[in-house]
Amino acid sequence: MHELGVTENIVNIALAKAGEAQASKVIRINLVIGELSGFVPECIQFYFDSLSKDTIAQGAVLHFESVPAQLCCRDCSAIFHPEDTLWSCPQCGGQSVEILKGRELYIESLEVE
Amino acid sequence: MKKIEVIQNVLEANESIAKRNQQLLDKHKVFAINIMSAPGAGKTSLILHTMSRLRAKLNIAVIEGDVASTVDAEKVQNVAKAVIQINTQNMPESCSLMAAMIEPALKELPLDDIELLLIENVGNLICPSEFTLGEHKRVVISSLPEGDDKPIKYPLIFIDAHAVIINKMDLLPYVDFDIATFRHSIAGLNPKAEIFQLSCKTGEGIEKWCSWVLKQLETNAKTIEASHTS
Repeated sequence: MHELGVTENIVNIALAKAGEAQASKVIRINLVIGELSGFVPECIQFYFDSLSKDTIAQGAVLHFESVPAQLCCRDCSAIFHPEDTLWSCPQCGGQSVEILKGRELYIESLEVE
Repeated sequence: MKKIEVIQNVLEANESIAKRNQQLLDKHKVFAINIMSAPGAGKTSLILHTMSRLRAKLNIAVIEGDVASTVDAEKVQNVAKAVIQINTQNMPESCSLMAAMIEPALKELPLDDIELLLIENVGNLICPSEFTLGEHKRVVISSLPEGDDKPIKYPLIFIDAHAVIINKMDLLPYVDFDIATFRHSIAGLNPKAEIFQLSCKTGEGIEKWCSWVLKQLETNAKTIEASHTS
């Protein structure tokens, strides 16, 4: 739903970094996306294909590395992956949790030539 | 082929504009609240109640974010010191306000003449959670007809909220909304969030909410002052 602005940023960052490296073509963009982030990779790819047209990033492959959600129980400090919608702690059953990982969205690296 | 390390947050563009917005607000001593909820939960009603309670003490401006129409801006224009309507339908994103949409709106507002800015986000529990605007406090409204499971279904928006409002308390006898379940979910996700139970229909609980707003505004003003003198 809100991937267009985000994809614009991805294209801008990629073109700027490729420009700095005096690259003639962006082959691949490696992105890291958290499991809990509200962004949909297919949607980003769709916008990317259109936004990168006629730039050196046209045709680049977007590779998404998914980061699984990691929660920490505030009661017993157990670190776990949520297995139910209540995000209950598998160790003590507590439902007071903090998100440690899973909300990220960043460009890790570019492959250029 | 060559590999370039980047490690750059894709949301950084929004965040840096949001930071600029907050600096501008701080410079003019304007305290801003971003009000988020699903459509129909009572954002505009809460704004109207907040203004009628606090207008004797504060000059209040409103930014209305909607996909289309000026319906909400018309509702608040007689009470607010200034109103800006942002329609997102022709913008790159229509599902949420973003920092870059607030920036030009701030230029149009008489910032020196206002103390409180209420920003009504687009009705949506997903997208607004990803974008900060430059606000000082984030508030989420859940209303009883929506059900008590919203924090479980849309955790991110509740995790970042400074306050959570349970609105339409007057409907409690008619709907299956378990207040304890809802409060338990919020306490689990975000133990620091203040929770207010109120009704924009009857006015119940509005006073407590308004006292919180006033207190946050005063605390923020002191923090800014302290940072200037230090």
